Amino acid sequence: MAVSLLNNRGILTGSHFVNGDIACAEGAIAGGCRFFAGYPITPSTEIAERLARRFGQVGGKFLQMEDEIASITCILGASWAGQRVMTATSGPGFSLMMEGIGLAIMTETPCVIVDVQRAGPSTGLPTLVAQQDMMQVRWGSHGDYEIIAYCPATVQEMFDYTYKAFNMAEIYRVPVFIMADEVVGHLTEKLIIPSEEDLLLEHRKKPVVEPRGSYCPYEPDEDLVPPMAVAGEGYRIHVTGLTHDERGYPVIKEDAHQALVRRLVKKIRKNVNDIIEYEEYYIDDAEILVISYGISARSSLRAVNEAREEGIKAGMLRLITAWPFPEKRVRELARKVRAVIVPEINLGQMVREVERCVNTGIPVHSLTHAGGGIHRPLQILDRIREEAYHTAR
Amino acid sequence: MIRRGRHPLDDYIRPGRLPHIWCPGCGLGITTTAFINAVQEAHVPLDKLTVVSGIGCTGRIAGYLNVDSFHTTHGRAIPFATGLKIANPELKVVVISGDGDLFAIGGNHFIHAARRNLDIKVICVNNFNYGMTGGQMGPTTPLDARSTTSPGGNLEPPFNLPYLAKASGAVFVARWTVFHVKQLRKTLTYMLEKPGFCFVEVISPCPTVYGALNKTPSALEMIKSYKRNSVICHGEDPDMAYIGLQSQILVGQFVDIERPVFTPGPYYEYDEQLLSSKSILKKLPWARGRGEW
Repeated sequence: MAVSLLNNRGILTGSHFVNGDIACAEGAIAGGCRFFAGYPITPSTEIAERLARRFGQVGGKFLQMEDEIASITCILGASWAGQRVMTATSGPGFSLMMEGIGLAIMTETPCVIVDVQRAGPSTGLPTLVAQQDMMQVRWGSHGDYEIIAYCPATVQEMFDYTYKAFNMAEIYRVPVFIMADEVVGHLTEKLIIPSEEDLLLEHRKKPVVEPRGSYCPYEPDEDLVPPMAVAGEGYRIHVTGLTHDERGYPVIKEDAHQALVRRLVKKIRKNVNDIIEYEEYYIDDAEILVISYGISARSSLRAVNEAREEGIKAGMLRLITAWPFPEKRVRELARKVRAVIVPEINLGQMVREVERCVNTGIPVHSLTHAGGGIHRPLQILDRIREEAYHTAR
Repeated sequence: MIRRGRHPLDDYIRPGRLPHIWCPGCGLGITTTAFINAVQEAHVPLDKLTVVSGIGCTGRIAGYLNVDSFHTTHGRAIPFATGLKIANPELKVVVISGDGDLFAIGGNHFIHAARRNLDIKVICVNNFNYGMTGGQMGPTTPLDARSTTSPGGNLEPPFNLPYLAKASGAVFVARWTVFHVKQLRKTLTYMLEKPGFCFVEVISPCPTVYGALNKTPSALEMIKSYKRNSVICHGEDPDMAYIGLQSQILVGQFVDIERPVFTPGPYYEYDEQLLSSKSILKKLPWARGRGEW
């Protein structure tokens, strides 16, 4: 039975039977989020509805803005007032947020953005599943950057990674994305919320110097992340989306831009080993490798299990972080297996990244789906059988 | 050898940021000084003052002021300010931006913040065109005025900004030109102390592009025309405040009303029934009799 226990931090510790969107909202509360601004959009609306209700209990600030551009910009303002912030949306709203995401990257503003993916282009299939924003999240805003994007595959992971996203955003001062999909968002299954002591909060680094001393808002520490003063603390910070120097002042110069953009990218790239997460199944002796993520990984795992029952040496790599992409691991696995299959609910997005990393001459097959439904395990199993047949030695 | 002394307003200007980027004859310097004077007169603690701007010539004011300042994306100063103010109600949040930024690309945010009666102060410096990008027409360019994108004269009627602000729900609406320095300072002081969504439009010369394209390339002439054409009408219905090419300009404090200021809430106690997954399930007929799995 469900045991709901609201502790000091407002976390609903215990066992629950809820959908992924609600798990996401609870993950945010557990992650210390007390500021949400959003705009209703299917299939992410339940996150906003849940937080509107729950923030009433835990003293959070909930705002329904006039559009998604306002929503993303609003949470950035709140982050600069010291809050842990989130917004949630789906494809069309996500497209509108690209501008604000660029501002978050340039100004190194910690924030969490949830995209419960639905099928596009445009309004597409508002109520039906897709995984079509995987490249948009990586490249959608203009300019060069690195972000962190998680792909939860279960209701439990909707909670776990939303909670974790807040810590990662605070540590690296970067927007962190939950790239969910409509099925995971609307799927109802068991969720276990740990106790308060197990849900630690990491906080952004604060300046160690006094206000009006030598503090430079964009002078990075050794980890390439600058300590963050916020509005109202007396540091008199200037924050701009323009290229800026360590004082935060605009500098319209090539060398300043080189230094800034390279650091923004490097602060993530040098920490990929700490950031990247994935899960492997039957990988030791695998000959046919399935690489998948989100809801597609659940269809894939069923297919891999059935292939094993048939004696085919299939294995699976499930991406938890799509970005940064586990490049090193995919290169390693490419040397061991005979073929790679990438099922995803789009016409071939993450498969491009797989192809880039697999340079051993083995076939990489994109198992596509235009959206509106998920892969049937049998489709994937058939593909595994074919590959096993063609690559048999 | 020139000896460098201290200007009385030096403490309000961010060290190392001058000279500014504005053209000779621009009204932004006058506006900045009037704003700083108002901050002094209203005794706003500088550590709690936050200035947010969008993009454009006016957008640069934030970066010159020695307070917490945010130079955001084009048109988005108001939603950014919304986040700051709601997240930390102790802050005095002022948005200073241009007419194109606030009313073309950012128009939606303006009307909604006014509707909510969010406790922020918005100063729009209106120079009737996009100055930084080189003199294109915008939502405040008067009918028939020339710009680089309306070479034959502007065909679109402009916004009447005080009227728009009033209709959207602003509790304080005023307009001055940069000729009216003292009145502007007094109005800004009053605005800083008044709770709720307050809007002040500042008519300001852009001799470099708008003036040059419309037969008034001299800033002095432009400011003299403000003196000549302005009519002070406190309390006037801003419906009358429409500005045409070389028309009269209604100035003054048009709106000063009270309305509840927006704050999120209310907060309530935890209600087990409201959130328990079990109780929600009971209400769904299809869920009856199904065990957990």
